[in-house]
Amino acid sequence: MIEGRFGPNIIITSADRVINWARSRSLWPLTFGLACCAIEMMATNASRFDLDRFGIFPRPTPRQSDCLLVSGTVTAKMGERLVRLYEQMAEPKWVISMGACANSGGPYYEHGYHVVKGVDQIIPVDVYIPGCPPRPEALIDGFLRLREKIMRETIARKQA
Amino acid sequence: MTIPEIHTYLREKLPGAGLELVEAHPDPVIRVPAEAMIEVAGVLRDDSELHFECLMCLSGLETAEEMLVVYHLYSMRHGHKCTLKCGGPKGDQVVVPTVCRIWPTAEWHEREAFDLFGIRFEGHPDPRRILCPDDWEGHPLRKDYVPQEKWHDIPLTQRGYGRSREGGGL
Repeated sequence: MIEGRFGPNIIITSADRVINWARSRSLWPLTFGLACCAIEMMATNASRFDLDRFGIFPRPTPRQSDCLLVSGTVTAKMGERLVRLYEQMAEPKWVISMGACANSGGPYYEHGYHVVKGVDQIIPVDVYIPGCPPRPEALIDGFLRLREKIMRETIARKQA
Repeated sequence: MTIPEIHTYLREKLPGAGLELVEAHPDPVIRVPAEAMIEVAGVLRDDSELHFECLMCLSGLETAEEMLVVYHLYSMRHGHKCTLKCGGPKGDQVVVPTVCRIWPTAEWHEREAFDLFGIRFEGHPDPRRILCPDDWEGHPLRKDYVPQEKWHDIPLTQRGYGRSREGGGL
């Protein structure tokens, strides 16, 4: 950024920075509460932890969401619907996998006959949050990591 | 009434039903042959001395030899409880008559017992699976169940760094 060169109210910066800044500061997650992690997610959205101060605001529809927050155990039956909802989201989109179940199957790793052993087996994941369930602070940290990741992106295409 | 008293009372009412009292922990259980189940259930609900208007739970159960359905009954009027068991040997397809016309609660419970144990309920109005997808293979809570590797291209296996199936996992 070059400041103070063109008089007041004009700031020069790169398109990447502006776009990434806008994207990362208004992450609207599609809430996908599937198990006890959803309780922590709700607590994080509520007034005590207040995700809204980060511009993170839960959406009930994939059409208005930037990021898919998978919080809980993904079963095979739900996995199919999860993929469909992910595909309905508009680009750019990111995925946060919250908790042991979504990361790896968690307690259902050994004997969960119908549990997908990690949501990354069916959709690409950007941030993994460990914990069973993770505390709200951990979820906030996950969102901040996703912000950092978005800030490193560029709209430029690689030359073929 | 205690469960032995209920058993004696039922035997007097239905001498041909072949009811047996089985000692179990913590309470004895009344064993009902599948042929007599509807009749016994009707008496249990409608008799003014018994009046079991509430089917608290209906569950499937696999023992070493048998595939059973367990009925937990409660009478709100008299405050007494009673447990019934009904089923058959494991080798064949176990068929038990449905009690969902006596206790409508049983409809979904029986679908669950069918889904997870493969017990068939004769006369059930909607005998589909209830938890697993309709095209699921096998009945997951049976002891001889072999888990699916994949369902609709969704992998369900472990990722290679866990214990193998043969190594005493599932």
